[in-house]
Amino acid sequence: MSKFDYDIVIIGGGVTGSAVARELSRYTLSVCLLEKEEDVCSGTSKANSAIVHAGYDAKPNTLKAKLNVEGNRIMGEYAKELDFEFRRNGSLVLCFEEENIPQLKELLERGKENGVPDMQYLTGDEVRKIEPNISDEVVAAIFAPTGGIVCPFNLTIALAENACDNGVEFKLNTEVTNIEKLDNGYKVITNNGEISAKYIVNAAGVYADKFHNMVSQDKITIIARKGDYELLDKQAGKLVDKTIFQLPTKMGKGILVTPTVHGNLLIGPTATDIDDKEATATTAEDLDKVARLSAKSIKNIPYRQVITSFTGLRAHEINGDFIIGEVKDAEGFFDCAGIESPGLSCAPALGIYVANMIKEKANAGNKENWNGKRKGIVRPLTLSKEERAELIKKRPDYGTIVCRCENVSEGEIVDSINRTLGAKSLDGVKRRVRQGMGRCQAGFCTPKTMEILARELNVKMESICKNGKGSEILVDEK
Amino acid sequence: MEQHKLVIIGGGPAGLAAAVSARKKGIDDILILERDYILGGILNQCIHNGFGLHTFKEELTGPEYADRFIKMVEEEKIPYKLNTIVISITKDKEITYINETDGMVTIKATAVILAMGCRERPRGALNIPGYRPSGIYSAGTAQRLMNIDGYKVGKEVVILGSGDIGLIMARRMTLEGAKVKVVAELMPYSGGLKRNIVQCLNDYDIPLKLSHTVTKIHGKKRLTGVTIAQVDENRKPIEGTEEYYSCDTLLLSVGLIPENELTTEIGIEMNRITNGPDVNDRLETNTNGIYACGNVLHVHDLVDFVSQEAALAGENAADFILNGERKSNETIPIIVKNGVRYTVPQTIDIENMSDIVTVRFRVADVYKNRSLCVYFNDEKVQDKKKRVLAPGEMEQIILKKADLEKFDGLRSITVCTEEN
Repeated sequence: MSKFDYDIVIIGGGVTGSAVARELSRYTLSVCLLEKEEDVCSGTSKANSAIVHAGYDAKPNTLKAKLNVEGNRIMGEYAKELDFEFRRNGSLVLCFEEENIPQLKELLERGKENGVPDMQYLTGDEVRKIEPNISDEVVAAIFAPTGGIVCPFNLTIALAENACDNGVEFKLNTEVTNIEKLDNGYKVITNNGEISAKYIVNAAGVYADKFHNMVSQDKITIIARKGDYELLDKQAGKLVDKTIFQLPTKMGKGILVTPTVHGNLLIGPTATDIDDKEATATTAEDLDKVARLSAKSIKNIPYRQVITSFTGLRAHEINGDFIIGEVKDAEGFFDCAGIESPGLSCAPALGIYVANMIKEKANAGNKENWNGKRKGIVRPLTLSKEERAELIKKRPDYGTIVCRCENVSEGEIVDSINRTLGAKSLDGVKRRVRQGMGRCQAGFCTPKTMEILARELNVKMESICKNGKGSEILVDEK
Repeated sequence: MEQHKLVIIGGGPAGLAAAVSARKKGIDDILILERDYILGGILNQCIHNGFGLHTFKEELTGPEYADRFIKMVEEEKIPYKLNTIVISITKDKEITYINETDGMVTIKATAVILAMGCRERPRGALNIPGYRPSGIYSAGTAQRLMNIDGYKVGKEVVILGSGDIGLIMARRMTLEGAKVKVVAELMPYSGGLKRNIVQCLNDYDIPLKLSHTVTKIHGKKRLTGVTIAQVDENRKPIEGTEEYYSCDTLLLSVGLIPENELTTEIGIEMNRITNGPDVNDRLETNTNGIYACGNVLHVHDLVDFVSQEAALAGENAADFILNGERKSNETIPIIVKNGVRYTVPQTIDIENMSDIVTVRFRVADVYKNRSLCVYFNDEKVQDKKKRVLAPGEMEQIILKKADLEKFDGLRSITVCTEEN
């Protein structure tokens, strides 16, 4: 018996923490993941561009570049193994001024140096042949066929579920308030009691600096860099097929336009540094900027078809780099800090990288009966007519459509609640099965989904939340 | 494949009235497909009175009005399927639906009536900046939670938009003990019926702020307040006019959108103003044998007019089933001008039209002392003085077949307003 509660405590249930948890679950180590919200994928991982970057952005020979290209390479396998939506649609970087072509070519060279496969230089006319809606102002572009799009929710949730099914313990609604150094380990103080562990993985997103600074004299600073996005109706989803970036210039990093894996069109993000790390509010200025700058890339974006807008926070380290690895003056404390873009793309590779470090240090072996496969929630919409009819015979609740816009059945909602790390709130259901993600934005399906949640969780309607305590939908008069 | 003569998509007021009238015209094989667990559509949650003054010459609540039609459907033994959602309709009138008992089924119809109703514009479509807490409802969602499910949705309320559902909910929430602080309307006029402003706001001293909008949403988990600002003539917020209202609930009544996803997939020609299909005087779309009525065609104020329109669609679908396609040599377009936004129908087929056709429409702004005029080609044939015209109140004119036939060389009909 170890003198610690767990070998490893992971702080943070975003994509990074979940990826590390899943990779650590391969080994004979006891792992516990702490998440302050009621669900995994509740912070940065839930609100971002949902892009799997090809890997030409990062400086050559940096860890960021290596993890990005590697993460991109293995994302396809991961998507199959863990059953989440991923499509390699390819990325384009647009150049609007002749004078910026040298920078565009530099980006191409950088990509090649980073090992991004099959990148091409295209003239304005060539790029408009591939994407007819690209602006006539575009003079040149580079094309990276390995760029992709992913469902950020199901990527994170799949990693977490698979980790959980392989023995990682998840403590939700558990917020770390302090960390104390012990002999050869750490004591983590939370709102739900104290937990000791030999190793800590700090995957706390915008709060990673707070936890790092509790154990190290070598202080770091993570800034929340907010980005506003607008999501358009599926009717606009076919406006482009590839992910369209703008060449970063002295005027800024630009705004991207991309289809999502679910067929919507996503435009954004802005980049505004903010002080409040919970301030996920959109602003009129930023939303305006999203519209104005996206119009530069693509002709005739139907802004009237915006169905929602949101803000994501990037965990920006002030020197702009990932901080990954064991902290020099805090043995056994592993940082995954400053994981901003391309964090989602890196996640699979980052998980393997960090898990390997810890496994070596802990000298752990492989777990018997480890199962890396995870089956997602059945999606009747993707089945053939015959398969769907057969499914409804077996489970009639797959035949009751609750969310009309996205065609989500009661069966899927029930499944999203009654599975490993299942949904507890409207947003949890939404992220798992897309109920309420469509054009009516949950106008019709909110009451019915609340009923299903109340029934399956055996709680009263008044306790149903949008996303965790304090966000109750109804007034409880009792 | 199972075949039916007439399949009606939607069992709300439009679908029910269409079914009853088609039955009366001799159609023995009708099927209504309804997505909810009861017939009656949105009327079931409209528990206030004011329905049926035109149709039944008495004042009914929404559920009572629906019940009259449900009883007729039951008496006529017209079959219907509940909890059934249609996922596709083809040009050949093959309809695929899903429900728990039948699974996923494709059936074929001789004629189809589209009666899917409309949905509310959500917050997202308005792009109001701020957080995304709970406590923001479209007015109809709150209405359903209160009136059908019996829950209380909030204590301190701000309403954005003065559409009829918003106005009705202002009164409803007040009666349930909530404090409705203000109704903000972006436009310089209300989008709702005059009688609702009087009965739902004025009678309860709820202020209506015209040319105002919500510019910010506060509260990370549950709504804690909204910022409201005055807007200029371009509907842009005027700096310095912001006012903060603390509230736990924001209701949105900012417009209704006909639910035409199925319609557009058929490839039916759509109207940019109504967001419904273009139809001729028989309420037939440009696909033979597919008709539309009710809020899926254009958003109505009064259910009585929905029932009238739907009965007409039912009759014409029956005629199509019994007598086949009506071939015509010529259709006359109805042109809108000078403040008239659209008309339904959009075209008239003189040869096949009924003796009298009602043309319904809305105006673009509030107009005082104007005339509603009708022109045949360049010749004025109707001039009706109106003291007030408002976008929130649907208007109508009557066209007589005899007049149209009499007019030599008729190429177009124009409906417009004219200043007196």
